[in-house]
Amino acid sequence: MKNLRVIKRQEPLGWSSCFVLTGAVALSLGISFLMLSFHDKPPLQGMIILFQGAFGSQWALEDCLIKAIPIYLCSLGVAVAFRLQIWNIGAEGQFALGAVGAAWAALNFPDLPWFVLIPFMMTASFVTGGTWGLIPALLKLKMKANEIIVTLMLNYIAIFYLDYLVYGDWKDPASFGFPMTKTFSPGAIVGKIGSTSLNWGLVLCVVTGILIWIFFRYTRIGFELRASGENIQAARYAGLPYDKLVILVMILSGALAGWAGFIEASATLNRLQPSIIAGYGYTAIVVAWLARLHPFYIGIASILLAGLRVGTENLQLELQVPAAFGGIMEGLILLTVLSGNFFIYYRIKIVKKLYNLEKGI
Amino acid sequence: MNWEIIIPLCAAAVQSGTPILYATLGEIITEKSGILNLGIEGIMLAGALAGFMTSRFTGSPFLGFISGGLFGMFLAGIHGMVCIGFNGNQVVSGLALTILGTGLANFLGTPFIGLEAPGFNPVPFPVLSKLPALGQIFFNHDLLVYISYIIPFLIWLFFKNTRWGLRLRSVGEYPGAASAAGLNVSMYQWAGILSGGFLAGLGGAYLSLAYTHLWTSGLTAGRGWIAVALVIFAFWHPGRAVLGAYLFGGVMAFQFRLQAMGTHLPSSLLLMLPYALTIIVLVFSSWKGKGKNAPAFLGINVEPLE
Repeated sequence: MKNLRVIKRQEPLGWSSCFVLTGAVALSLGISFLMLSFHDKPPLQGMIILFQGAFGSQWALEDCLIKAIPIYLCSLGVAVAFRLQIWNIGAEGQFALGAVGAAWAALNFPDLPWFVLIPFMMTASFVTGGTWGLIPALLKLKMKANEIIVTLMLNYIAIFYLDYLVYGDWKDPASFGFPMTKTFSPGAIVGKIGSTSLNWGLVLCVVTGILIWIFFRYTRIGFELRASGENIQAARYAGLPYDKLVILVMILSGALAGWAGFIEASATLNRLQPSIIAGYGYTAIVVAWLARLHPFYIGIASILLAGLRVGTENLQLELQVPAAFGGIMEGLILLTVLSGNFFIYYRIKIVKKLYNLEKGI
Repeated sequence: MNWEIIIPLCAAAVQSGTPILYATLGEIITEKSGILNLGIEGIMLAGALAGFMTSRFTGSPFLGFISGGLFGMFLAGIHGMVCIGFNGNQVVSGLALTILGTGLANFLGTPFIGLEAPGFNPVPFPVLSKLPALGQIFFNHDLLVYISYIIPFLIWLFFKNTRWGLRLRSVGEYPGAASAAGLNVSMYQWAGILSGGFLAGLGGAYLSLAYTHLWTSGLTAGRGWIAVALVIFAFWHPGRAVLGAYLFGGVMAFQFRLQAMGTHLPSSLLLMLPYALTIIVLVFSSWKGKGKNAPAFLGINVEPLE
């Protein structure tokens, strides 16, 4: 007779947790592989098409990086809140309102030169996205309302508000009835870097990422945040201003997602239209968790999950696999990695069961 | 506003509240065992598709309804494996489940968009449907609505009067003590998760089999999240869940009717109504109740040592 026993490790796995992570991702890829073959698609070829579509050419890589920009900014925002164990699931709505704020500035002041208009749009999206983050924070602190549900419901409200604008007051009369605003004036468009198709939003990502890293690492508030995130009760006893930190974190979180909306509206679409809502806010949660909330790893995970999106588009094009396949893979990866974490903190020991004395066998 | 408008509206409230009711009751059972399942939205959507496909291929809406529940149970089982088996974070696992369930429903459902399947039709309840007003509102629906009248009562009895119900609650309140008393904690949590997933799956199947008879993507439109919020509104009490579900069903039906009547309010603003109301209801119930009825160990994993 053999028996399995779970034993807590003295110290969590260090470097070898990479193997656990790789194993988990491999498992989810394996399941996706099976799903493709159940769907009568050649699985191996499918995976190759997916990979090539994501990273196989310069064009694919650029597309992947462009999509990684909004994911990165949203995820950075989500991660800032998660640090304090605040569950901001509202990046999607904060993203939408950020785009609305930026579009408002762009549509109302089209004649401003770019060096005024772009910072103005950034400020507008910071304010709108930040406000959308502030609401759940206030409701949580004052009324004890669960922030998960409030942020989620605010997503729906923000998206319907965006719809309301592009179907109504903001609709371009020359759009043949399509729900979209006028194209932004040249001064309101974030340009491309050199001759590539990449836009300057990429630089914004790098700069913000570094600033957030420095903020957490080297500032007093950053330290307080880290301490409170580890143990809220202890932080309260130590007299750390928990409520203020929650408000700060949620404004910052919403504003970062808002910037993602600004970049997407300005650089990618050059206008506001409903297709701007593409689920980046939800992917951002997956990314933040996979990257363990670290700005640098969030960068890597954003590129990988953006690659998954671009790759699935390719898969849809070549094998007619519905684009929702990417969602399945996202969910699977998150679930397997989450399960895999178990092996970082625990190990399983096989013990020989000799005799069961109590029953006298 | 006169009775000719109000009575059909109330009847519509009951009907569109029914899927939310199933899901809310499911989440109450799960949360009572101490496990938070945020995957309800995904479970409902996947359950809706499973119900639709089964009904379409077998021609039996009944089988469809049950298989919707079973598929919900399967997805909830994944949550159980991650949270109970591997000690994973319940919030993240639930979100992952929603992403997975939505992905599955959209992936497998793409070829069926706009197609129909046999479903449930209204059957006037004998005798009771003749009651003035009440008959119209409560007893002129499909069979699944009538079933949903009994379930809250059964769940209430289960928690109040049975040994198993008491034990399941004790696991959510204080797993340490429950374990010391010789209960198999994880077994009760498994029971909570699986039966909750089954009910949420039934709620999803109601949407595709009775509410509409066809498949469209995004059929749940946030009802799963509303169900999670309603658990807080209901203070984990099945009776109040009924109230909440019909309230929300009412708002959804009202919003739909206003649109159909060609009100001047733009449709996007009307569509916001249920979500805005969810926030308001949540804020007030949390503020008043201060979460006093929440199971003490809700969302906290039990360490898997021996």
